[in-house]
Order: sequence, then structure tokens, then C-alpha cells
Amino acid sequence: MLQILFDALSLGSLYALGALGIALIFGVMRLVNFAHGDVIAFCVFALLWPSTDAMAIVFAGQLPWYLLVPFVLLCGAGLSVLCEIVVFRRFRQANPATMMIASFALGFVIRYFLLMLFSSRPKSISLLPELSQPVEILGARLPLLQLITIVTTMVILIGLTLFLRQTRFGLEMRAAAENFSMARMLGVRANRVIMGAFALSGALAAAIALIFGAQTGTLDIQMGASIMLMAFIATVIGGLGSLGGAVLAGFLLGAASVIMQVMLPIDARPFRDAFVYGAVILVLLFRPQGLIAARGTKERV
Amino acid sequence: MSLLALSDITIRYSRLTAVRNVSFSMDEGEILFITGPNGAGKSSLLRAIAGVTPVAGGRIDLAGHEITGQAPENIARLGFSMVPEGRDVFGSLTTEENLLVGTGMHARERGWRSRAADELEAVYATFPMLKERRHGQAGLLSGGQQQMLVIGRALMTNPRLVAIDEPSLGLAPNINDQVYERLIALRAQRQLTLLIVEQSSARAMMVGGRMILMRGGQIVLDGDARTLGNGEAIQAAYFGYEDN
Repeated sequence: MLQILFDALSLGSLYALGALGIALIFGVMRLVNFAHGDVIAFCVFALLWPSTDAMAIVFAGQLPWYLLVPFVLLCGAGLSVLCEIVVFRRFRQANPATMMIASFALGFVIRYFLLMLFSSRPKSISLLPELSQPVEILGARLPLLQLITIVTTMVILIGLTLFLRQTRFGLEMRAAAENFSMARMLGVRANRVIMGAFALSGALAAAIALIFGAQTGTLDIQMGASIMLMAFIATVIGGLGSLGGAVLAGFLLGAASVIMQVMLPIDARPFRDAFVYGAVILVLLFRPQGLIAARGTKERV
Repeated sequence: MSLLALSDITIRYSRLTAVRNVSFSMDEGEILFITGPNGAGKSSLLRAIAGVTPVAGGRIDLAGHEITGQAPENIARLGFSMVPEGRDVFGSLTTEENLLVGTGMHARERGWRSRAADELEAVYATFPMLKERRHGQAGLLSGGQQQMLVIGRALMTNPRLVAIDEPSLGLAPNINDQVYERLIALRAQRQLTLLIVEQSSARAMMVGGRMILMRGGQIVLDGDARTLGNGEAIQAAYFGYEDN
């Protein structure tokens, strides 16, 4: 029972972090960033030295954790900000559909860049192996990594909340997310806020990359896409642009996946995802605006 | 030199021309009403000064700087503060957070925090109701309270020129009287330069000051509000009777 709870929480953590990364950017620029998953993949491969061999040549992955974590976070934030400067900045005045398609294209560029450097073969890596030892809590044996995942996610969520509530930059971001042009008329710098959102979103992608890399031990250039899909669904269920909703829906999706894995009859288990998506459709039928409707549907200027 | 000068401003929305070759200027300390019927181009003009609507032609100067085509955040830094039509309160933020958003642009200057705190107290002194609701969600304030909040928010940036678009919109007449009472008191207190857009010229005649009347994207009258208001010229200009 405890095992199920922890499985649900740790899977939900990944979805919640992913959804948050998408919701942050949607909030300030009404962009659904489909390149987010590929930023995750990029961060994972930042651990390796570029080579197309089947064997992974570990590079940054060998660093001690206190260097590894900041390095990967910086990679994520850096790539994400770069995407903003090089690509999305030119599309600021464009309509959301155009921006979305641009983000798809950008995602493919990042993916094929990785493909060129690393080939498409999945590679195995043992990232922070000391974390895979089990620990015993209340009679259940749980992987230490799962605990760390959950704790890290909680710390990130609390930290982000404090940042948004307590700092001047956080206040400016919330104001801009609700009404971008009014915020600008009050002197809030558009570029700073948008780049800040991209940096945060990229750092969140990096956090997912670290957790996912450590959990699965397999690196695959497609891996970002699967998380991205679930994370995107979570942002939609949560109410696009609503950060709290994205996190809530992320955890709900994680829980739904894990519970269905356990409760469905054995024959139906391979179709678990179909049941999860079915539940998503039901939710959207009853609450098309999402669980927590976001304010600030005002037009960007 | 004038604080704000527009020369030959034209604003187009695709094929519709909203404002046609409008020129006027304002001096420091002046109060100017822009009135006129719906669709006269009043709001477009304000939004163009604020930098959120692009101009198709002409030039705008504020406090000795050309601001045509500048980003809204840079125009705000030159001392232009805008209260847009429909108020645009940040509904999910608290009352106090709404007031504080605009103080961030002075963060590079020394002592901005204590100045922002003083400014906050000054706004609360003018609008005690805002202080009572300071930690409440701004979206839950009444229309009149929101109008006072956005005026307070505009003052928090320590502006040289405050522009207000239709402060009376959607307010009961007695609430509207209160809003104007505070505005006039504030103006006396701080030597504010005010640019107010209103549909009706009644308010301008009551408050006094200068009045510009617009129709069809052009200025039709420009003069002292009280003198203009008593003539038949204003009716003719407002409704567009020509020579009859």
C-alpha cells in the first residue's frame, strides 16, 4: 500500500515538474512549448561525451553530485533561454498557433542535433548509483531514489512558491502572467520576465532529466517526448496557465497511472495508458476550463 | 518646453483609421480632458502614448525624449503612468501587490525600498479603504474600489503625467463623484499633470481645465472646458451638425 503511494507520488512528481515548466512559459507568453521535452532530453545527454558508440562515454555524469546538479540545471536553463533569444523572441507578436508550431520545429532541431551527436541507440548509464539502495520505512522497502525524488520535488515546489510570492521578480512574473501589457505599462521589462520564465522552465526540465536519468538508467533521445506528452496533458487538465492546477493535475495523472496499473485486470494492463487518457477526456468534458481555471486570459501585446 | 507633445499622429487598425493627424501638447501641471463620442479615437490616442498601440505616422515626445515606437516599460520609466479603460486590476494579486508592481522599475536607484514604502503609506492615506483590504484579493474589490486601486497603482510609480481612460465607466454616479474628489485633491497635493479621457464633457466642465473634443479621429475643439462647454459649438461639434 505504502509502495503504491510512493510510486504514485514519484511518478506524479515528474509529471508535476514537467507541467510546471510548460505552464510557466504559457503564463507569460501564451506559448505551448512543445520543445520542452527535447530540452529534457538535451539535459540528460549533457551527462555524456558526444559519441555515436553504443557504449556511453560518461562525462559530466561522473562529477560528484554537488557539481553535477548545478551543471545540469545550468545546461537546462541556458538552452531554454537560448531558445527564447534565437527563436521565440521573433514570434512574440505571432498568434499562439504559429508559436506552437515553431516550438515543434525547434523540438525537432534539438532532437536531431542529439541524434547527430549520440545516434539513436539508447544508452545505459549508472547515474548516482548510491541512490538506488533501498531504505526501510514503516515496514516497506523503498528505493532511496524514490524518496529523494519526492522530497526534491516538494523542495522545488515550495521554493518556487516562495520565489513567486516573496520576491520582486516573482511579483512581476505573476503580474505579467495575468496581464502582460498592463505589467509593461507599470515598467515591468518584458524581456526580463520572459527570459526568467524560460530559465526557470529550463531548470525544471533539467531537474526532470536528473531524476529520470537516475531512475531508469537508460538514455534515449525520445525520452523527453513521453514525459512531455503527459506533462502537457497535466497543464491542460490543470487549466492552462495555472501553476497550482498544473502541479495538482501532474500528481493526479501520476496517481491515476499507478492505481490503474494495480487495479486493472491483468489482461487490460497493457492498455493502461488508454484508460488514463480516457479519464483525461472525462475530466475535460466536465471541466473544459481545467481544474483550476487560470485568470488573465487577456491578450498579449 | 511642454511635458507631452504629439505631432501629426495617425493610428490605423489594419484598414480602419482610428486617429488622423492629431497634434497637441501639454504643459507640466496642466489638467486636460479628451472627450468625444464612442469611436472618436480617444483611447487609441492614450494607448499610443503608453506604447501599447503602434502609430502609423507622427511623433510623440515625453519629457524631452522622443517616445514614438518605444516599449511601454521604457515610456513608464520616463514618468508616464496609465490607468487603462476597464482598469486592468491584477485580480489574482492582493491589493498591496497590485500597488507594488510598478515600484520595481526604480529598483536600481538607491533607497527605492523606503521610498516605495512611503509612497504606499501616502496612497493608503488617500484611500484608507485600500489599506483595510491590503491583503485581500484585488479581484474581489468592488468596481469603485478597483478604480481607486488602479489610480493608487498609477501613483506608486512616482509619475510626472498620469493618464486615465474613462474613470467613470461602469461606476455609480456617487462613486464616480468620490473618485473625482480624490483625483482633484491629489492633483492639488502633488501638482499632478492629468490627462483624462471621458465620453461626456459634463465632468470636464465641472472640474475645469482644458478640454479637447475629438470626433472621427480628429480634434474638433480645443480650449478652456468651461467656456467651451457653455457654447453651442460643443453640441455642434459633439453631434456633428455642420452649419445648420
